[in-house]
Formats: sequence, structure tokens, C-alpha cells
Amino acid sequence: MQTKGIWLAGVLVVLFLAAVPDTSRGITVPDTVILNTQSKLYEPFTFNHAKHIQLTKECSNCHHHTTGTLVQDPNCVRCHRNSSETQEVSCKGCHQTDSFSATAMHEKDPKTYHKDKPSLKAAMHRNCLGCHENMKGPMGCQDCHQRTKEGDAFYYSGAYAPKNKPSKGEHNGH
Amino acid sequence: MKRRDFLKGCLIGGAAASLGAPSKSWAVGSFEGYPDAMGVLVDTTRCIGCRSCEAACNKEQKLPEPDVPFDDTSVFEEKRRTTEKAYTVVNRYETNDGQKPPYRKMQCNHCNEPGCLTSCFVNAYTKTKEGAVIYNGNVCVGCKTCMVACPFNIPAYSYSSAFDPLIKKCIFCYHTRLKFGKPPACVEICPQEALTFGLRSDLIKMGHERIRETPDRYIDHIYGEKEMGGTSWLYLSRVPDDQIGLDTTLGNEPVISNVKDFLGMVPMVLTIWPALFSGIHLLATRNKDHGDEHHNHSEQEDGKK
Repeated sequence: MQTKGIWLAGVLVVLFLAAVPDTSRGITVPDTVILNTQSKLYEPFTFNHAKHIQLTKECSNCHHHTTGTLVQDPNCVRCHRNSSETQEVSCKGCHQTDSFSATAMHEKDPKTYHKDKPSLKAAMHRNCLGCHENMKGPMGCQDCHQRTKEGDAFYYSGAYAPKNKPSKGEHNGH
Repeated sequence: MKRRDFLKGCLIGGAAASLGAPSKSWAVGSFEGYPDAMGVLVDTTRCIGCRSCEAACNKEQKLPEPDVPFDDTSVFEEKRRTTEKAYTVVNRYETNDGQKPPYRKMQCNHCNEPGCLTSCFVNAYTKTKEGAVIYNGNVCVGCKTCMVACPFNIPAYSYSSAFDPLIKKCIFCYHTRLKFGKPPACVEICPQEALTFGLRSDLIKMGHERIRETPDRYIDHIYGEKEMGGTSWLYLSRVPDDQIGLDTTLGNEPVISNVKDFLGMVPMVLTIWPALFSGIHLLATRNKDHGDEHHNHSEQEDGKK
């Protein structure tokens, strides 16, 4: 079962140690974070945290209510209006890598409000792409992470592109 | 009671039993699905049309090489359907609300009461307790009845195979994943988690919760919760369902409801009718030929000549 968790495991992210601006805690905000370290289909890449801080200003745009400025989302404000900053602010601190595994699904506490919490991979893609779309940032898969050779084979792309391209329409026969 | 009245009564009673009664008395109770059936909630508002699910399906099910790469977005220029080479396809739909066009993945919806299963006369189809609708290719005779019966136009046919053509469709990755409690390959690879895997009952709650929390994002409907008796795959949408190619004219009755009245009559016709009408015939002829067996016998002999 080689395909097992290619992506789920793959998007295990190196510490996303964006610390609170409150420097009195003695934690520094990382300028860069290496993401996507275990993916087989895409290469790891360096996320320029410092640049994104400059662009967005509001930490809570990405970090919800865990750090920095107060939460903006009206839905979140209902509970987190006065939430204090949390110790854990990295993405992977809350978002699981294997949200659909049998154990993860059985562990869900029926009393937890955030039952519909996305996996780490989905949290990052939706947060990044959602903002990139609004801010006219890069949207292509390979704009952030380069595809590996295995990825090319998986998508039948690049060197692995289908050789005999049939005439248009033919490929849709049913 | 005169014999003639008795016979008349028999005929009228028999006719009434065979024609009038079936509408209710043969109906079976509606089936809500297996309690532990799994499903997938497809949130079309999250799909970005990356086609990774198609690539994952191709690899998992060991399907042949596609005609164009899986990162080629030119396929969205036309509406595709599932084929023997692609058990799932993503289509893009144009809407008139000025927002970015939604995408929808299509594959077998794994009905609670599948039409394909109902229609299959060799019993090739099985609805597993995990929710998957699987089929046994060894007994499939390639009659294509299930293609007609499926309200979602899903089963594809291996026209390319001259000697052993079969029905081909999504099986929820049953043999390699679902059976072991794992999500199908398409769900696992989806970067946006547009596909959420879980107990069907949980997913319905989750879907309604998403609608309640962000009512601007969705129409207030989960397609597949009730359609055709309910399906394991469920869809959330920003636009009315028919704008993303979902058939909203199907109603909530499963395919079997259309045929169970008739099928319920078949055993009765086959078992009761022969006995009933034989009896009537015997009584009728006995009345007519009473005390004249010899004459009857000679008539038959005359007939043979």
C-alpha cells in the first residue's frame, strides 16, 4: 500500500512556530518555515513568513484567535471575542495530519464544538488559497511547491504525459 | 350457495386480489440505510478543480493511462461523464451570479437502495454494510440494464473489450480501503478537503451545521440526503443543485419503489393463479361434464383423429 497517506503524511509540516508578538515570552517569530517536508508528490518549500506578516499585518487572518490581533470573523467572535492568546500557535498544533483515520474519527468528542476541523493539509490549502485568491496571489499548485518526479508520474504530466493523444472528443466515449 | 355463485365469487375475488390490492399490501418498508454506512460529503464550494481526485482514483483502481494529463484543465471545456477508464470526473459549471464557476466531482453515489442492484438479474451487485455498492465482474453478463436503471448515469461499459465487456464503476475503494475503515483515495488526496469522509449519519449533521453556520455560502439543501431514497455521497452547493448538473427531478423514492409493487405480484401470480384457475377450471368442467365421462372420452378420441 504505497499510496497510503501519500498526501496526508506528506503534508506534515515542520514547526510553524509563529510566536506571539508579545516578545516578553521570549519566543521569536520565524522569518521562514519549511513546509511540505514529507510529501512524495511535491517538493518541500520555504514559506516566507516575514513577507506574509508585512502583507497581511493581522496575525489573526491566518492564526484565528490564537495570537496577535483580535479575531475578526463574526462567526468566531461569538465565542472568542475576549479569548487570550494561546501557547500553541502553529497550524499543526491543532490541525491533525490524519483526520480520516479510524482512531481520529473515534476520538472525536461529541461535546467539542469544532468537530468539523479540517486536516492540516486542508487547513493550509484553504487558508493560503482562499487568501491568495482575494489578494491576487499565486494560485497554481507549482507556484508554491514544485512537483516531484513521482508527482509527474502520478498526474501523467511532464515526462509522463500520455503519448498518443486521441482526437478531441474521442476520450470521452462511454 | 349455488355452485355458479361460488365460481363467480372465486373469479371476482381472484381478480380483486391480483389487481386492486398490490398498491399498499405488497409495499415494503422504506430502508434508511445501514447504521454504520460510511459516506462522503462533497462540499462543492471548496472544490478548486485540481483533478487530483481523478489521478488518485486512476492509480488506486489501476485504471489505464488517461488521454490527457491529470493537470490539464482543458477538459473543463466540455461536460464529461464517468467511463470505463475514469470512475470519477470533475466538471466545471457556469453560473449566472458572477462568482467563480463551481466544480463538481461525480462518481457513483452509492445509493441506500441502488437502482443498479434492483435491476441486475444475475445479482452481480451488493450493497455492503459499509455503504459501498460493489459488483462482481465474474457474474456480470454485460446486459447494461444497470446503466438504464441508474438515475445518476454512473455505470460505464467496457466497450473496448471485445470478448469480456463488463460494467465499470466506482466501488468506494471497497476492497483496498473502505473495508479496512479507510477513506477512498480521492478523499485522501483532496487538498481542500472538499471531500469529507465519515459515517453517513454524521455527515448529514455536519452538512446541516455548515449550512447553519455559514448560510451565505450554501443553499439550504444536502443533495443525496433524501434523493432516490438517500445516497452515501452527499453534496453541498452554493447554487441550486440543478446548476451544478445534479438532477433535481428524481424525487425521494428509490428505484425499487417503482418496481416492488409489480415484483411483489410475481410470486402471487406464479403460485396462487395456477392453483386458483386450475381449480376453477376443474369445477367448471366438472359441472359441464357431470355424469358424461364416456362421452367426454370419445370426444377426445375424435379430436385426435
